[in-house]
Amino acid sequence: MIQHIIKRLLLLPVLLLIFSIFAFIIIQAPPGDFVTSYIAELASSGSSMDQVQIDALRAQYGLDQPIYTQYGKWMSRILRGDLGVSLDWQKPIKELITERLVLTLIIGLMTFFLSWVLAVPIGIVSAVKKYSLLDYGLTVFNYIGIATPSFLVALIAMWLAFSWFGVSVTGLFSAEFVDAPWSMARVGDLLKHLWLPVLILTLSGTARLARIMRANLLDELNKPYVEMARAKGMSEWKLIMKYPVRVAINPLVSTIGWFLPLIFSGSLVVATVLNLPTIGPMFLRSLTNQDMFLAGAIVLIYCMLAIIGTLISDILLAWLDPRIRMES
Amino acid sequence: MAEPQEPQPSFGQKVLENMQTASAVSYKPMVRVDEDAALAPVGAAQDAEAFYVAPNWKLVWWRFRKHRLAMISGLVMIFITIIALAPDFFATQNPHTTNALESFIPVQRIHFFDERRLSPFVFGATGQRNPKSLRVEWVIDESVKIPVRFFAPGYPYKLLGVIPTNIHLVGVAPTEEQAAAKEAAGSSTAAGPQRISQGLHLMGTDRLGRDQWSRLMFGTRVSLSIGLVAVAVSTILGIFLGGISGYFGGTIDMIVQRTIEILQSLPAIPIWLALSAALPRTWSVEQTYFAITIILALLAWTTLAREIRGRFLTLRDEDFIIAAKLSGCSQQRVIFRHMAPTMSSHIIAAVTLAIPVMIINETFLSFLGLGLRPPAISWGVLLQEAQNLQSIALAPWLLLPGLVVIITVLALNILGDGLRDAADPYTS
Repeated sequence: MIQHIIKRLLLLPVLLLIFSIFAFIIIQAPPGDFVTSYIAELASSGSSMDQVQIDALRAQYGLDQPIYTQYGKWMSRILRGDLGVSLDWQKPIKELITERLVLTLIIGLMTFFLSWVLAVPIGIVSAVKKYSLLDYGLTVFNYIGIATPSFLVALIAMWLAFSWFGVSVTGLFSAEFVDAPWSMARVGDLLKHLWLPVLILTLSGTARLARIMRANLLDELNKPYVEMARAKGMSEWKLIMKYPVRVAINPLVSTIGWFLPLIFSGSLVVATVLNLPTIGPMFLRSLTNQDMFLAGAIVLIYCMLAIIGTLISDILLAWLDPRIRMES
Repeated sequence: MAEPQEPQPSFGQKVLENMQTASAVSYKPMVRVDEDAALAPVGAAQDAEAFYVAPNWKLVWWRFRKHRLAMISGLVMIFITIIALAPDFFATQNPHTTNALESFIPVQRIHFFDERRLSPFVFGATGQRNPKSLRVEWVIDESVKIPVRFFAPGYPYKLLGVIPTNIHLVGVAPTEEQAAAKEAAGSSTAAGPQRISQGLHLMGTDRLGRDQWSRLMFGTRVSLSIGLVAVAVSTILGIFLGGISGYFGGTIDMIVQRTIEILQSLPAIPIWLALSAALPRTWSVEQTYFAITIILALLAWTTLAREIRGRFLTLRDEDFIIAAKLSGCSQQRVIFRHMAPTMSSHIIAAVTLAIPVMIINETFLSFLGLGLRPPAISWGVLLQEAQNLQSIALAPWLLLPGLVVIITVLALNILGDGLRDAADPYTS
């Protein structure tokens, strides 16, 4: 078990190295750099810069050096915990991102837990009551949940809230709390706004997980050991919860590996629609403004979250399933 | 082939059976042949024979046919494909034509019966200038009836890019006075402060007065084809890399598998966004289109490659493959005559399930403004119009393209599930 986890942990830096190179290439890919778009912005507002100033600006941000030097500098700074300065916001990236990252994580984790809390019972009920009206309804719900992109759900929710109650459901804070320092009142205000994005993101996740849970459990319910327990006179409810559900939940744990990263990066689109102060909308803005250090930092954070997701599912699986534990 | 009626289980039960994802449907070939008279046109004695000599595709088709919901989804997809092939025919006007005076006209529903007589019409729309916002606001006016005809003449186009014609599925019936009025004042007539639209807008118009129905037809072509092309590219990559990985094994297998693992642990959505943002803004619509398909395919081939490799590995040890090898079939014959036909139905099912994912991906990329950009029309570009609360509050019909996305994705998912369940007729 411990060996298994150590093996996984040793792989982590290798993956991070590959991903960081990848992230850097991507942000370097657009033609021109931040200075080019900065000059264009200046030109559109009527002012301009001479070549000396431009060169000075490039030198200041190290944009005049070859790519591998830039990567080396970027990486060594990140390893020392310094994410650099956002060219667009003119602020240290750490300062910009921290609160947004925390909010992203809160939304992501809440979505994750709510999806599980809903999906497992839904899966169990529709497998046990196979072909009942309830199962039929839940299956339809699952199909629609999978087919509807979450940003559409967000748009529809926004429209319904507006046309029925006349309220705008965007943002995570009421106007008076947006820039306020953290306090109990602000946390309360956050909780008041948090439920809708979480619910929207939960919909598709629940649908996917419930479908897998139902299929897994159906496979188990016909097995002889279930028959055996039943023949021995075990109460049906206890039997199902104790044996087949525990087996059926195993493959579901292995979905954490892709489900957790999917929530974090998938929330990006919903966050843009609902104008949430998470890292998603900031990432989009940094991409369009070619704010490469910020974009690179956020891509790297997304990669980290993905790796952590896989790691958690690996550890959980090894802990749950002795076959995997023994293998290593 | 004649199809005698078979006793059907209740609809709900049938639907559930179709919707089931995994191997829970238990079919035993022998029992199934006895029970199911629909398998062959003749009596039960010959059924068994028909079952045993039927080629693989026939077995798949028999099994697929039993999934009623998947069959319906198949029909829906055929219909959507026809729209994608000939959007001009279904459109009512040129999707790029703007008319600033006719922005945000609401949905005009077709009424088929006019005073109990079959005579389809839509109610006209009248616009009144709002004195505060100075914007023309349109409402459906039940006093104006605009007659509608099917297969009516409209703007000229080339059907399937070849046949020049001007016939469209629906259109405003040409009447003399209207033609005269049109000549006099464009498509909308101004009567004092009021304007009356003589146009036909089945799904309303957008911010720039473009007909949303016509735009949706053209968007269907782009969105569906981008899904197909992206899946085609990733299928080719997947078959090639998954195939050599499964076939050769060893070091090549190791390299391909590690690459797949790394690509799969990348967070797809941010990477797609970053790559699309890197596309030069100056590129033409066609260039962006192909770049987006390639970007989508680059991360998506891994799932298909895994599927194909897994198939290859299980098939390699099957009895009939060993038998073929032992009876002296050449390597090539084993692969193409024995392995490929058995795998093809699985690949088709996997590909069908991959298309809706691609469609959703293109939609959200374009929706965020990083995928296709206007003047290109796709579902995502259409939904971009509904991006903020103001436009949704003002014109909720701008959300209608979303409904089409949902229907298409739903149909493709059910179709893919049906195909996957049918792909292996021998499983129990």
